[in-house]
Amino acid sequence: MKRSKIALLIALALLALFPLVGATFYTELVTKVMILAIFALSLDLLVGYTGLVSFGHAAYFGVGAYALALLAPKYEAANLWLTLGAAIGIAGLAALLVGMFVVRVKGIYFIMVTLAFAQMFYFVFHDTKFGRGSDGISMNFKPEATIGGVNLFDLGNPTHVYYLVLVALLAVFLFLRALLRSPFGRALQGIRSNEHRMRSLGYPVYRYKLASFAIAGALAGFAGYLSAMQFGFANPELLSWHQSGNVLLMLILGGIGSLYGAVIGAFAFVALQELYSYVTTHWQLLLGATIIALVIFLPGGLASVMGRFKRTLVGEPEDE
Amino acid sequence: MDFYSFLIQLLNGLQYGLLLFLVASGLTLIFGIMGIINLAHGSFYMVGAYMAFSLSVLTGNLFVAIVLGIVLSVALGVVLEWVLFSHLYKRDHLEQVLLTYGLILVFEELRSLIVGNDVHGVAVPAIFNWSIPLTETLSYPVYRLFMSAVCVLLAVALYLLIAKTRLGMMIRAGSSNREMVQSLGLNINLVYRLVFALGVALAAFAGMLAAPVSSVYPGMGTGVLIICFVVVVIGGIGSVWGALVAALLIGLADTFGKVLIPEAAGVTVYLVMAAVLLWRPEGLFRRV
Repeated sequence: MKRSKIALLIALALLALFPLVGATFYTELVTKVMILAIFALSLDLLVGYTGLVSFGHAAYFGVGAYALALLAPKYEAANLWLTLGAAIGIAGLAALLVGMFVVRVKGIYFIMVTLAFAQMFYFVFHDTKFGRGSDGISMNFKPEATIGGVNLFDLGNPTHVYYLVLVALLAVFLFLRALLRSPFGRALQGIRSNEHRMRSLGYPVYRYKLASFAIAGALAGFAGYLSAMQFGFANPELLSWHQSGNVLLMLILGGIGSLYGAVIGAFAFVALQELYSYVTTHWQLLLGATIIALVIFLPGGLASVMGRFKRTLVGEPEDE
Repeated sequence: MDFYSFLIQLLNGLQYGLLLFLVASGLTLIFGIMGIINLAHGSFYMVGAYMAFSLSVLTGNLFVAIVLGIVLSVALGVVLEWVLFSHLYKRDHLEQVLLTYGLILVFEELRSLIVGNDVHGVAVPAIFNWSIPLTETLSYPVYRLFMSAVCVLLAVALYLLIAKTRLGMMIRAGSSNREMVQSLGLNINLVYRLVFALGVALAAFAGMLAAPVSSVYPGMGTGVLIICFVVVVIGGIGSVWGALVAALLIGLADTFGKVLIPEAAGVTVYLVMAAVLLWRPEGLFRRV
């Protein structure tokens, strides 16, 4: 408890100091990773804490990104606060609608149906005039964060974007931590470990799962918004199933069911990606082989190795 | 739409549905019997199509290529089950998803390394390279009819295999109670290996059969995979009969969707899936 607080503060301090020492390229890279960490955190609420393995989470990331791209006026800067609120709301609403269908089914069905709905969103943006096809939409201006006529950030400046995203990551992290400690979060974890028990205790399981799905979608939309804000465009690839697969991989890398794990997983994933693409243009081959080896040889993910290491080192009892 | 255009679309829809059935039946059998969600199933379709391309260039004859391709895909299925999938039986769905996702990346990159990223056409065999005239301007290619006929024959063969043979009995028994089958002294692992190889061969065969019509291109496997997920969800997991009905439904919905509401072409099949989920969350049919 106390130790985790210290770890959080150290990590936060390192991240806060990073732009002072890192080159712009790395500042932008870490910004991207932190956005992915928010995305991974949102999925962890579903996979790690509600027991719903979604293979279509990229849909809401994409919806958030497109919300900014579509709402932004063509010849002037968008208002950050309004568009951000709208993007989170729209992504959450999309997840709520899809959730009404998918939360009814379980297990393998859930995986397949979430993937299928995500693909439907992909086609909505890819095939219709509304999403402007496979090139997506570029924005001419970065959003402006004015409050009472004062511009708080300059979002053309990578360092400002970095700090904005860092604050967002911290906010999402703390929000989820509070959520998971609330009665609502406890109920979700109860559903994950034994749905029948929760149902016989009188919990409306369907509604809890639906709420979890919608919140996770809204937070993914938040991450998607930040991504569109950083790179200035939204395209259908943001909703592709590779994106959904990669975010699941981040969770596995960092360890499922731990908020730290989701953040660590995002860093580990991008590190792997950068390393492999440095080695070869066919880096996906290495990534694929790594995933296969990870599943076969390390059933609990990297976190299980670290956990085992820690247990032998500190002599803590096995936690179950 | 006049009668002949309608007929052409109907035949196209049925042909597409039957082709989807070949891929989806293997997928649903692997789900239903082995309890494994296999994202890489679309890759087997892709591998089949590329084998049809490479081997028909090599041998000069599509039919020889298909026979060779079937042998190779059965071998691929046996090896994959032995080396990778046999580790997955007692793992949770998430790990199955991840491993098979990794497998997709591996297959796609190997395809890119070996054959490259170009789109290739595969010639229609000479004996089927003609069309039946319907009106002065409309005609229907015989190869598509041939495809449909082969798919129907395979569907019947699959039915006979599952319903009438000793192996089929073991498959059905294995799908309802794994431990019981094992304790009765039957080799369930062998059944799994055969079912997996059968699934791979069916998907690869579908790819080979489709290659002259659809041509071969990167990413062709994932498109088919996701549509087949829709088919399996509609049909009910583990139900081959359900897969057939759902595949035909989706084939027709997709084909007529493209003609009647071109703006929503990509979305039609998902709307059908959503409607079925509302009506019957477990799919139309449960188990054969």
